[in-house]
Amino acid sequence: MVEQTTVLQQTEAQPKSPAGAASSSLRHESAHLHVAGDARYVDDVPLPQGAVHVALGLSSRAHARITHMGLDAVRAYPGVVCVLTAQDIPGHNQVSPVGAGDEPLLAEDTVFFCGQPLFAVVAQTRHAARHAAVLAQVEYEDLPAILNIEQARAQGSPLVCRSLEMTRGDAPHALAQAPHRLAGQLAVGGQEHFYLEGQAALAWPGEDGEIRICSSTQHPTETQHMVAHILGRPNNLVTVEVRRMGGGFGGKETQANIAACLAALAAERTGKPAKLRMDRDDDMLVTGKRHDFVIDYDVGFNAQGHVLGVDMQLAARCGWSADLSGPVTDRAMFHADNAYYYPDVRLRSIPLRTNTQSNTAFRGFGGPQGAAAAERIMEEIAFATGLDPLDVRLRNVYGTTDRNVTPYHMTVEDSIAGEIMTQLAADCDYRKRREQIRVFNRTSPHLRRGIALTPVKFGISFTATHFNQAGALVHVYTDGSVQVNHGGTEMGQGLHTKMVQIAMREFGLSKERVRITATTTGKVPNTSATAASSGADLNGMAVLAAVRTIKDRLVAFAADKWHVAPEQIRFTADGVVVGAEVIPFATLVNAAYMARISLSSTGFYKTPKISWDGATGRGRPFYYFAYGAACAEVLVDLLTGENRIERVDILHDAGQSLNPDIDIGQIEGGFVQGAGWLTMEELFWDTAGRLRTHAPSTYKIPACSDRPRIFNVKLLENAPNREETIFRSKAVGEPPFVHGLAVLHAISDALASLNDYRTCPGLNAPATPEQILRVAERLRQQGGETNAQVHA
Amino acid sequence: MRHHISFYVGDTLHHLSDLPPELTLLDWLRDQQGRTGTKEGCNEGDCGACTVLVGRLEQGQLVWRAVNACIHLMWMLDGAQLLTVEDIRGPDGALHPVQQAMVDEHGSQCGFCTPGFVMSMVALSTRANLAELEGTLDGERVINEALAGNLCRCTGYAPIVRAMKKAALYCARNGEPIGARTAEITARLRQLHDGQTVELTSREGRVTLPASANALATAYAADPAAVLVAGGTDVGLWVTKRLRRLPHIIAVRSAQDLHQCGLRPDGALWIGAAVTYSEAMPLLVAHLPAAEDTLRRIGSTQVRNAATVCGNIGNASPIGDGPPIFMAAGAELHLRCAQERRVVPLEDFFLDYGKQDIRPGEFIEGVLVPPLAQGSVCGVYKVSKRFDQDISAVMGAFVLRMGADGTIQDARLAYGGMAGIPRRASGAEAAMRGQPATQATLYAAQAAVKEDFTPLSDMRASAWYRTTVAANLLARLFEPLMPGSPPAAQTLQNWQEVAHG
Repeated sequence: MVEQTTVLQQTEAQPKSPAGAASSSLRHESAHLHVAGDARYVDDVPLPQGAVHVALGLSSRAHARITHMGLDAVRAYPGVVCVLTAQDIPGHNQVSPVGAGDEPLLAEDTVFFCGQPLFAVVAQTRHAARHAAVLAQVEYEDLPAILNIEQARAQGSPLVCRSLEMTRGDAPHALAQAPHRLAGQLAVGGQEHFYLEGQAALAWPGEDGEIRICSSTQHPTETQHMVAHILGRPNNLVTVEVRRMGGGFGGKETQANIAACLAALAAERTGKPAKLRMDRDDDMLVTGKRHDFVIDYDVGFNAQGHVLGVDMQLAARCGWSADLSGPVTDRAMFHADNAYYYPDVRLRSIPLRTNTQSNTAFRGFGGPQGAAAAERIMEEIAFATGLDPLDVRLRNVYGTTDRNVTPYHMTVEDSIAGEIMTQLAADCDYRKRREQIRVFNRTSPHLRRGIALTPVKFGISFTATHFNQAGALVHVYTDGSVQVNHGGTEMGQGLHTKMVQIAMREFGLSKERVRITATTTGKVPNTSATAASSGADLNGMAVLAAVRTIKDRLVAFAADKWHVAPEQIRFTADGVVVGAEVIPFATLVNAAYMARISLSSTGFYKTPKISWDGATGRGRPFYYFAYGAACAEVLVDLLTGENRIERVDILHDAGQSLNPDIDIGQIEGGFVQGAGWLTMEELFWDTAGRLRTHAPSTYKIPACSDRPRIFNVKLLENAPNREETIFRSKAVGEPPFVHGLAVLHAISDALASLNDYRTCPGLNAPATPEQILRVAERLRQQGGETNAQVHA
Repeated sequence: MRHHISFYVGDTLHHLSDLPPELTLLDWLRDQQGRTGTKEGCNEGDCGACTVLVGRLEQGQLVWRAVNACIHLMWMLDGAQLLTVEDIRGPDGALHPVQQAMVDEHGSQCGFCTPGFVMSMVALSTRANLAELEGTLDGERVINEALAGNLCRCTGYAPIVRAMKKAALYCARNGEPIGARTAEITARLRQLHDGQTVELTSREGRVTLPASANALATAYAADPAAVLVAGGTDVGLWVTKRLRRLPHIIAVRSAQDLHQCGLRPDGALWIGAAVTYSEAMPLLVAHLPAAEDTLRRIGSTQVRNAATVCGNIGNASPIGDGPPIFMAAGAELHLRCAQERRVVPLEDFFLDYGKQDIRPGEFIEGVLVPPLAQGSVCGVYKVSKRFDQDISAVMGAFVLRMGADGTIQDARLAYGGMAGIPRRASGAEAAMRGQPATQATLYAAQAAVKEDFTPLSDMRASAWYRTTVAANLLARLFEPLMPGSPPAAQTLQNWQEVAHG
């Protein structure tokens, strides 16, 4: 069997030269565990003796005063240990990640959304806890509920956080002077993360008030702070550990705190280890999702399709509390230009408070919604001018020496979106296929094809400048084996694999000699969330710094011991070259130990060059941009609105990739997730504010057959990052998500055939079969009017 | 009478007697056996993270079926060989070819769905010789179908499909390791089969596993309050989501004589109450070729491996996909209470939402599907938000009996998703009957179908969408009948084939 399976193995790059190791396609460090069921997630950790289980009791009203919380039946259920309410919280009943003070962990006297946690049942089994939780008799006095953007605007609902405005030039003047002007509205839906592993945490009480938590969190430090805050203890008593998550996508950046805090509270109250793993339905009812937006745009342009001025208002459903809605709606504005230059521009965010789940981070963090508006504008101009949408896009793409300042006054120094689009269009034969599709559509009554090519330009860095820091801790043991630890978390994106590769490359070691360990606040403190695509950029540099500190010590030691110049010492796969000699790494390390050289080091990194002033809407929030383009071809059934993706070609910029296979995996996966968001994934609340799509039976993420039938993904070659990132790579987590927009626009292109391509279909997202059929009916009936009104 | 169940997990034989009726296989594996490789993703049979393999003898042959452990009740394992992700490595610890291919092709990212995918892929590699289908549309279809019940949020599926193809090629050359153990496992499963009725009792309740239809009839007549469970893909959710207690369960699939499935001399297809969709599939597809695409989209492979055809009828869901198909085909339901039997046309069985023509203690023995009349035109269309493993927004199953002169002599137009029960569109049928298949007839039928139903608006679709699509599906049915039309309606699945003749 061993012999047989080697036939299967690809030649995994095991380069002799360590220089290759960091850019080779090493397999995921846990792949062999994943496939065997041996990779442990929170719920797989063997439970300590006497462990208790926690289940949630949820609000059934969208907005109401609690007049009576009848918990006797819950307490009386066999196996129940205790029931915890807001009164049981010894510290502060607040988990707002931005300190807004608007997010109690457990409801106090008022509930603000349907699904809000009211109480937590602690029982001897998970089964008992779940069965007991549904026995509560809660009485409410309903209050007026605001459920969506339309209601919030109509009723003047307060904002959940401050609005941001970005202006450059004089947009009203430019619009007034423009030869052509269009105004319209785009609605883009939200999205459930649907990480396959639901929210989970396991807490162990220790001595003297210590508490250790195994959490499925993207942000161990924040989870640590929240638990300390809830329990009223200093941070140094709380340790949060994460080996891996079964997916995160932003949904475990702040939302993981709920499970961790309640498990910690249960552990604190009972003195026993306590676990909370949410049932999928509870998870979807309780936690926030991607923000849905309604974006009003007003654009001035000329007959050649050049944008002259843009005025845009981006209204978002934020849910009941601020959570991360401020930075999310900010980022929608940072990407409301996508890859295009707006000569005069005014953008404004409207973050609306609603009585729904508190929307939160989700891959792209508002950016994809903003980019969707930019692409709609390009599409509108194309239909208004009769130009190919690709030509409109190319005419408006950022320049390299001029037309290169963003609405937030940052100069785009490395604009390559235009080149990528041009290259992709040639590679995938866009123009010829577009003509063929038009011919096909003329004679096909019910099935129509469509094609679109869209770019992405994605700003890399946390817009909150202080988050752009990272730490690492590297230990070399006397047998020459290495342990790497850093502040980032592994959620499937391959971050740990890349970190191992950096240590392998620097020390000249094989992967067997480098061990990555669970992320823990006890090893690397004060970390940032693994988010904003920044995991490898930040932590990679921190790991590199730690490794180089140790290498510098080893070099100094070896130079002294063997009397060679430091420049003559190199770490290679064959061992450490010291002058004419090659010394095994372990030998060198052991000798250094005997000479009392420290073999352990921290590493630290902070991103240079960046700054951002939200008050003025100016700065350089991003260290650099990641680019790419996608071309999608779809087939639409006009009898039912059903559709499928026939072919997708993507050319994406990952700089000098740290691991091409992992990066391609991020692009393929990000694309499908983005396409799902814009097509089949639909969140549906009823008129009482109850989320009716709270399980995979009703909320449909793409399945296997939804992937493009032909799917070509390429990394841009010979494109090292112009900035000094880790080995000149570029972040790759979020940018490919935006490629899903090509699908929305391809569907729109197919629909436009109904009107002989005369009017912009104005297709909103998600483009479900129903939405598509509605637009088809409108195009057929109205015969030429568009969603946008021409102002003259 | 036996008072325990017996089954193998890996190479260990288990006997269990004290078993809560609602205990799921997943909870037993994870909480009691420490087998945490099998994951809980949704607890309702939709994500596939808990997929395991159940081996059983079907007509004497060992067949491996992937099922969702989260909604598989523990007692269902009687007489089975279970394999979880922990059991498929070689004796020397070497990875199964599917596992190795998943590693090599970067088929796992977060890894949480991976064990479930691995098990679905192993199931496929034990049955289909994909190597022969390599590069064909059929090969893609077979893989899509096998993996439709496994959700992955990270990879976008492309590397998983690549891994499946690679593993299939490998297995074609070198053999599939689980398949290599067929003789040994077949022999030990034979020994478990004693033909006895099983009665399990515990503090929480009891489970009866009758060995025959007679035993089932007796047990159910004695306790009509008991809950009949066949595949459990519906009842499983009562347990995991509605937290219902089921103090007395009577199993259906333990009755050996209810497993009959085959053609009668008159050409009608009999499907016994214990027959799963997967078992019936080859015969059903041959019997109703137009329904093939829809039949393959009922639930997922895991669901069809557990769910029975008759259970899909018996639970009377307004959105079940089987009933409209069988109704359009003119199926009749065979009911039995104790020794008393009666036959009901399927459309008369569904009375109103949640209300069927069935008496206490009465159960479905089987469904009889007559052959389509010569020259019938048949169209079956499932419309849902997602192509695979979704519940229909609208489901239409149509059979037209055509006269020699091209007129429609009879029309049976059955819909799901349009009312509280699966129902025929009597107005639209009347508009077609005796008419030629022309545009005018189509318009009349489309107008009539909008009057036939007042559907609901919900998270799947609005009433407007349902009504519009119900009418549009008639256009799809008529498309090949119109003069100068291609021989088949173009659909998203076949458009290239139709276009290129």
